[in-house]
Amino acid sequence: MDWSKHQVLEKSSILLLIGILITVAIGGLVEIAPLFWLSSTIEKVQGMRPYTPLELAGRDIYVREGCYLCHSQMIRSLRDEVERYGHYSLAAESMYDHPFQWGSKRTGPDLARVGGKYSDEWHAAHMTDPRAVVPESVMPGYPFLAKRELDYRDVAERLEVLRLEGVPYTDEMIANAKADLELQVDPNAAALSEFLARYPKAQVRQFDNDPSYVSELDALIAYLQMLGTLVDFATFDAAGPNLR
Amino acid sequence: MGAMLERDEWKAFSDAMALAASGLLTLVGLVLALAGKDPAMAFHGCLLLGAAGLAFLYMLTQLIEGAEPRAEAGYADGVIRAGVIATVFWGLAGFLVGDIIAWQLAFPALNLDLPWTTFGRLRPLHTSAVIFAFGGNALIATSFYVVQRTSFARLAGRWSPWFVFWGYQLFIVLAATGYILGVTQSKEYAEPEWYVDLWLTAVWVVYFLVFVGTLAKRRDPHIYVANWFYLAFIVTVAMLHIVNNLAVPVSLLGSKSYVIYSGVQDAMTQWWYGHNAVGFFLTAGFLGMMYYFVPKRAERPIYSYRLSIVHFWSLIFLYIWAGPHHLHYTALPDWAQTLGMTFSIMLWMPSWGGMINGLMTLSGAWDKLRTDPVIRLLVVAVAFYGMSTFEGPLMSIKSVNALSHYTDWTIGHVHSGALGWVAFITFGALYCLVPWLWHRKALYSQRLVEWHFWIASLGILLYITSMWVSGILQGLMWRAYDSLGFLEYSFVETVEAMHPFYVIRAIGGLLFVIGALLMTYNLWRTARGDEPVDAAEQPRIAAAPEFRPTPAE
Repeated sequence: MDWSKHQVLEKSSILLLIGILITVAIGGLVEIAPLFWLSSTIEKVQGMRPYTPLELAGRDIYVREGCYLCHSQMIRSLRDEVERYGHYSLAAESMYDHPFQWGSKRTGPDLARVGGKYSDEWHAAHMTDPRAVVPESVMPGYPFLAKRELDYRDVAERLEVLRLEGVPYTDEMIANAKADLELQVDPNAAALSEFLARYPKAQVRQFDNDPSYVSELDALIAYLQMLGTLVDFATFDAAGPNLR
Repeated sequence: MGAMLERDEWKAFSDAMALAASGLLTLVGLVLALAGKDPAMAFHGCLLLGAAGLAFLYMLTQLIEGAEPRAEAGYADGVIRAGVIATVFWGLAGFLVGDIIAWQLAFPALNLDLPWTTFGRLRPLHTSAVIFAFGGNALIATSFYVVQRTSFARLAGRWSPWFVFWGYQLFIVLAATGYILGVTQSKEYAEPEWYVDLWLTAVWVVYFLVFVGTLAKRRDPHIYVANWFYLAFIVTVAMLHIVNNLAVPVSLLGSKSYVIYSGVQDAMTQWWYGHNAVGFFLTAGFLGMMYYFVPKRAERPIYSYRLSIVHFWSLIFLYIWAGPHHLHYTALPDWAQTLGMTFSIMLWMPSWGGMINGLMTLSGAWDKLRTDPVIRLLVVAVAFYGMSTFEGPLMSIKSVNALSHYTDWTIGHVHSGALGWVAFITFGALYCLVPWLWHRKALYSQRLVEWHFWIASLGILLYITSMWVSGILQGLMWRAYDSLGFLEYSFVETVEAMHPFYVIRAIGGLLFVIGALLMTYNLWRTARGDEPVDAAEQPRIAAAPEFRPTPAE
C-alpha cells in the first residue's frame, strides 16, 4: 500500500477538515435519522397524553433538582426488572418528554412506574426527610420544596413551546393552562369535568396536604404519582390492536 | 511600506471589532441583568455585564494609550500560561467537588438538605468541572502550544486567542453557577441551558478559527499527527454540541428551554453526543496531547507513522457509532442497540492502535520510566487508556451491559479513563509545560512528582476496585432470586450493601485530591522561579529549551 497518498490530506488543512467531517458524520446519520420515521419508534399507544400543567411544572422541578442522576425512568426488558418495577417501558411512554429522563444510574430505584405505589403522605414525608421513612436511604432531603410557592407565571408559554416542538397541546389547553394548574389541587373545582376531558386520568387533589398555596412539592408529587399510569397494561397488547 | 500599512490597518480593524463586540456584549449583559425573568438569568446577566464590561474598558484603554506595541513576534505563550493556571485551578475544584459528592453518597447528611448543596446539583458541577473546565482548559492550552511548535507559526489572531481563553472561563462560570442555582437541561455532560450553549458555540467557533488559522500559517508542508487529533476534536465537538443542544427557550429573557427532541430520539441524540464527548473530548483531544508530549519527553520519534494514519481514521469513524451501547434493552430499537454494540467492540482495535503507538514510542528509552516520574505519568496514562478501552467494549456487550448498566461499574469505568488516562496525561503535560513556559531550568522538585504519582495511583486503584465490587455486587443483587422464585433483595438492601465501597471510593478520591495539591504546590514553586531541589536528577528535557544542554551523543 502506498502510504504517501495520505500526504494529500496531511498537507492541506482544508482537505483534512473535510475528510474528518465526512468520516464523523456517517455514524450519527445512520443511527439517528431513521428514528424520526420508523414506525417502531413513533407509534402511538392508547392512553398517552401530554402532561397537565401541574405535572409539567413538577417534571421541570424533577429536572432542576437533577433527580435523573440517581433515578432511571426506563425499565429494561429483563425478567428481574419487569418483576421489580412493572411492564418494560415503551417508546411511546416518553414521546412527550422534552428532554427524556431515562437516566443512566440507579443509585435509587427506577421511577418509570412509581405512580400510585406510595401515598401522597409518604412522598411528602420522604421528600422532607428520606431517612424518616427509609432509614437506609442515601437520598438528599428536599425540605425546601414544601415551603416554596410554585412559580407558574409562564406555564402557558411553556405549553406553547412544547406545542411548537410537537406535543399536541390544544388552544384550549394553552388558554386554560394557569387555571388548570390551580384546579388540579382543588377537588371541588367547578370546571373539573372539562379538565378531565382535556387530561384523562389526571389526578386531582391536594398533594402536599397544605391547601394554603400551590407548593413546588404539590407539583413534584403530582408528577411522580402519574408516572407510568397512563397506559393500561391490563389491556395492552404489544402486537398492536390497541395502538391508535 | 504598503504591507506595513496594511498590517496596521488590520490591527486597527481588529481592535475596533474587539471593542465593538465587547461593547455589544456589555449591553446584552445589562439587558439581561435588568430584565431577566428569573433570578438565575438576572445573575448571569450581571456576570456577562461584568466580564464584557471589563473587556470593553481594557480595549478602550489600549486604544486611548495609542496601543502600546504588543509583542507580536515569536510564539504567543501568554495565553498558554493562563491556560495552564486555569487547568490547575479547575482541576483542583473539580476533583474536590467530586470527592465531596462521593462522601455525600456514603453519608447523606452531607447534602445539608439545602437547594444548592444536594448531590443532584453538585454532580453536574463535578462532571462539567473535570471534563470541560479541567480537561477543556488543558486541551485548549496544549493545542495552542502544540500547533505553534509543530507549525513553526505564531497563533493566528490578535485578540482571538485571549477571547477563547476568557470566553471559555466565562462559559465555565455561567455553567457552574447555573447548576448550583438549578439551571440545567438535564442532558448529561450537556447540562448548560440554551444561552450558555450559545455562548460556548461562539467561543468554540473562534477557537476553531484560531487553530485552523495557525495551521494555515504553518512553515512545514505536513500537518503533524497531534494536530489531526486536535482538529478532529474541535470540529466534532462543535457538531455534537450544536446538534444535541437544539432547544427552544420559553423566553429570551429566561433561563428555561425545552430541547427539541423527545423520548427515544432525544435519548439516541443525547448518547450519540455523550459517548462522543468521551470519544472526541476525552480521547481524540488527549491523544493529540499524547502524540506531542510522549515523543517530546522521551526524546524518541513516534513509533509508527502508518499506525497513526490507520488508527486516526478508524478511531474517528468508529467512535461515532458507539452511542447506543448506553441504551441496551431500552425502548431504543434493537437494530440500533446491536449496531452500537458491534461498533463499540470494533473500537477496541483503533484504541489499542493508539495505545501501542504511544507505548512503543518508548522503544529504547524504557529506562526513563525508572528515572523520570513525568514520563511515568505519561506512560501509565497510556496504559490506563488501553485498560479502559478494553473494559469499554467489554461493557458494551449486551449481556454484560445487562448486569453493569445503571450500576457503579460504569462510574468506575469512567474514572479509570478520567483519572488514569485524561488526568495523568494532563499532569504529565503540565509538568513538562510549566518549566518550558516560565523559562525555568527544571521542575522545583522531581521527588514531589514521585509522591504525586504514587499517591494518585493508589487513589485510582482504590476508586476503580471499589466500584468494580460495588457495581457487580449491586447488579447481581438486583437479579438474585430465592429458592421460591422471588426476587431475593429489596432495592434498599442493595443500597445498604454499597456503603463500605462508597467510603473506600471517597478515600481514593481524597488521595487523588492530595496528589493534585502536591502538583499545584510544585508547579507554583517552579513558575515562581524557586531554585530546584533536585535539578541534577532531572532529565535534560525538563528544562526550558534555552537551558537544555545538548545531548551527549
